[in-house]
Amino acid sequence: MFLGVLLVFLLAFTSPFVIRILGIRYAWFLGLAAFGLTVYFASFLPAVSNGAIVTEQFAWLPSLGINLSFHLDGLSLLFALLISFVGGFIMIYAGGYLKGDQTLGQFYLILLSFMAAMLGLVLSDNLIVMFIFWELTSLTSYFLVAYKHSYESSRNSALQALLVTGSGGLAMLAGFLLLGNIAGSYQISALVAQAELIQSSNLFAPMLILVLLGALTKSAQFPFHFWLPNAMAAPTPVSAYLHSATMVKAGIYLMARLNPALGGGSLWFWLLGIAGALTVLSAGILALKQTDLKKLLAYSTLVALGMLTMLLAVGTSAAVKAAMVFLLAHSLYKAALFMAAGTIDHQTGSRDIREIAGLRKALPVTALAILLASMSLAGLPPKLGFIGKELAYEALIVQPFFLVAAVLANAAMLVVAVLVAIRPFWGRTLKAPRAVKGAPLSLYLGPIVLASLGLIFAIFPDLIELSKLPAVAAVLGKPYEFSLYLFPSSFTAALWLSIITVILGLGLYLIWPRVFALLNRISPQLDIGPAKAYALFITYLPKAAKAATKLIQGETLRRNLGVMMAFSVLLLGFTAFRYNAFANPQFSWSLNAYELFVVLLCAAGAVATVLARTKLMAVTALSVVGFSVALCFILFAAPDLAITQFMVETLLVIIVVLVMIRLPELRRERSFSFLNAVIAVGAGALITGLMLSVLNNPFNPALTQFFEAESVPGGFGRNIVNVILVDFRAIDTLGEIVVLAVAALGVMSLLRPKKEKS
Amino acid sequence: METAIILLVGVLISCGLYLMLERNLLRFIFGLILLSNGVNLLIMTAGRLTRAAPSLIPEGEYAPVAELANALPQALVLTAIVIGFGLTVFALVLILRAYERLGTTDGDELSQMIEGEDGDDTSSKFPSSQQAPDYIREPKINPPVLSQVRESKL
Amino acid sequence: MNSVILKTGTRLLLALLLLLSVFLLLRGHNMPGGGFIGGLVAAAAFALYGIAFGVEAARYVLRLSPQQLIGTGLIIAIISGFFALFSNTSFLTGQWITLANLKLGTPLLFDVGVYFLVIGVVLMMIFALESA
Repeated sequence: MFLGVLLVFLLAFTSPFVIRILGIRYAWFLGLAAFGLTVYFASFLPAVSNGAIVTEQFAWLPSLGINLSFHLDGLSLLFALLISFVGGFIMIYAGGYLKGDQTLGQFYLILLSFMAAMLGLVLSDNLIVMFIFWELTSLTSYFLVAYKHSYESSRNSALQALLVTGSGGLAMLAGFLLLGNIAGSYQISALVAQAELIQSSNLFAPMLILVLLGALTKSAQFPFHFWLPNAMAAPTPVSAYLHSATMVKAGIYLMARLNPALGGGSLWFWLLGIAGALTVLSAGILALKQTDLKKLLAYSTLVALGMLTMLLAVGTSAAVKAAMVFLLAHSLYKAALFMAAGTIDHQTGSRDIREIAGLRKALPVTALAILLASMSLAGLPPKLGFIGKELAYEALIVQPFFLVAAVLANAAMLVVAVLVAIRPFWGRTLKAPRAVKGAPLSLYLGPIVLASLGLIFAIFPDLIELSKLPAVAAVLGKPYEFSLYLFPSSFTAALWLSIITVILGLGLYLIWPRVFALLNRISPQLDIGPAKAYALFITYLPKAAKAATKLIQGETLRRNLGVMMAFSVLLLGFTAFRYNAFANPQFSWSLNAYELFVVLLCAAGAVATVLARTKLMAVTALSVVGFSVALCFILFAAPDLAITQFMVETLLVIIVVLVMIRLPELRRERSFSFLNAVIAVGAGALITGLMLSVLNNPFNPALTQFFEAESVPGGFGRNIVNVILVDFRAIDTLGEIVVLAVAALGVMSLLRPKKEKS
Repeated sequence: METAIILLVGVLISCGLYLMLERNLLRFIFGLILLSNGVNLLIMTAGRLTRAAPSLIPEGEYAPVAELANALPQALVLTAIVIGFGLTVFALVLILRAYERLGTTDGDELSQMIEGEDGDDTSSKFPSSQQAPDYIREPKINPPVLSQVRESKL
Repeated sequence: MNSVILKTGTRLLLALLLLLSVFLLLRGHNMPGGGFIGGLVAAAAFALYGIAFGVEAARYVLRLSPQQLIGTGLIIAIISGFFALFSNTSFLTGQWITLANLKLGTPLLFDVGVYFLVIGVVLMMIFALESA
């Protein structure tokens, strides 16, 4: 399995080169490769149907419990098949859709990486590995959505998708870490056995919320739904892929995957149920104010995702079965619809249902594909979408509120289906921006095959029943006897509900023009949704950051330094005080008269430097400090230091004077700053206190004793200081002289322009 | 005696930091010099002070016979003094050049001149209508009359 | 600066200070002194000469440019480290030979490198400032 994922990555990274050799045939090659992968995954179907789980594991960071472990159960298999199968058609379709695009190689690079990441995501059995693939899908989809990056709207949409799903992903990572801590393992397959332990933990609620934040953002559930319609800025093959089998389904996958371990509780039910129901309702309403084919379909995706979320919230066997069938149906018809919509756009230059009409002659296969797929979307027999919707109604009957939401949203979906299937193909051509030509095979192969599959599966439900749809058992976490039929033997409640839905939908379609006008009139006034919140957030976050930076780091060096010093003093002081560093200070005052004189001289020099009004005064005071420090070194038996300090001080005076004569006189500073004085004196006092505390602790002479003992036998020198410098720690000294050389070169190059004449 | 020295260290560091918080960059350098002197003394003191013999091993001996001054902090401080010298000179020359090009030794004024250069986050990435501040397009060179200053002082 | 006393004195002092600097350098391993101190003294000597006679004169007396001194110093210091290759020890490990009662070792060579580099660094700064 992992090899398969790696293979797709390999294909991805060689794309930009291979496409130059194969040209446009490369799309078909990739399609075949994806179908090969589908066959490979399908070969596991018999075993997995019988409840087997295929696993693979490679050690990665065993010490952290992170392993590249993969497992293939019913759920993973369903997703892997959808990703590779739909992916194959997408690859072929993209070749036709983006024909002549100079950067098609890069496009395939990212699309294939995305596919590989999706596969890795659904196959991984380790939370952390899953998270990495998860973020990889966010990242690659960012590039996919921003593919037309010369448009600002594309960039903004991509950034929005990335920020929303990326922040959700971060919350999810935190949730995963909590989950791993509670369960003691990051192994997803091991979590099921711990379900009770996990759900009884104190941290269960925050963990669940964090994990679900990841799933809900990815699956574009209310209130994070707004990024998905905007992601329509992507080229159509990408939209088709993101909306059908991948990306948004990743969130559904995660909820389904964790259902056995985390599901069943009331928090799970309410969080998912409310998010799903609100998504279904809001998306159903918003869909009615669209005229752009892709936008219409995008809102229908939101409805489908909301349905899936509600079903997973309910979590009964019937609900899970409905979710899995609905998911399969949705992946097939949604990919077909998007690709077909893209074909219309590609061939006519428009995808506004008010502009295009009468295309059935020019694009007959596409028209058929859209018709078939829309029936699924509308939930009409004999389509898999119908079965899925029936099952969903049946499962939701126990929750009246959800049921009403589902019926209303599905009625809206019927309107969308009619709008999408009828409007562009019937009636007279209104104003096609481009002369319509027949579409090439690559543009209608995918739609017609995927749309037909929905029909075949519905007419022969045994085909699915034969595989026992092991995903249901995997999501339930227990064996499940799976059966499927197109029509029930008698009029069940679900069938009545379907009939009501159709009637409602048709009624809604008749008054659609008025609804459309009404919605578009009031929507500007209702500009208060989550999208607005996002816009405000994205506008004000950088401003807030800038303001905070200005406040803390300041516009000037002084402010910056002052804040740093003040905080260092406060934090250090607090910590030292807290741990009693200043307790029982030991003072040693024994000072000779001449020592006292040197110390006082030095301190006086320092104060004089602060008070100095003129440059000359300041330099003189500084020299007093420097030379009295040298005297200190003499007093405390450090002759090497004393000589060095004397020499450096002398040379420094020369240089300071050389610089100073070219600088202006010290201006009278604005009056004494009390705050600066407090910070500075505080820092000095803190250092003094800390040093007192240091001197209280016993001195560890081990290093000094080593150097004293080894100086003569090892270094053949009697001046220990020098032996340390040139022998024991010679490499430090080497580094130091390099720094000196660099400083000198810096000085020289700074002064160079004026030196030219010499 | 350590107490007296660390009090001196406190005074040096306080004075140094106070100067470093002033507007005039020349004073900033003075503060830096005071600070490095203070820190050098601090390192010495942390290795304990002694009035005993310097850290030299007497002729004919293989190891010290009596108490010696701690050699390790001395080695550290010796390099610190020399590096501090290099740093100070570099900083001084930097300020000199800044003054010659921009005509001020006031840190706040220099900051304001640079302010806006790293301005808005997005505007820098994509070409926009925003124009570069004046000083970027036409460097304001305001050189003081160097030769006169030099001759009069020398 | 036009001072006869300074000029006359400097002529003498330059030689004396240079001698002192070499003395400090060579005795550094056993007595206070060493490459840093010796280098600083020598640099001070040339700086003094520069003050008395001007930078050009000091450059002339120095013969080598400060850049060359820095390069020489760095190369000597680095080469001294490679002697450790002969005894298969790590870089900059001290190697010693005894020549007629005189112990010579790579740490001394290293110190000589430091000496030249320090002269070069200080003089480069002072000359650059004086002639700028």
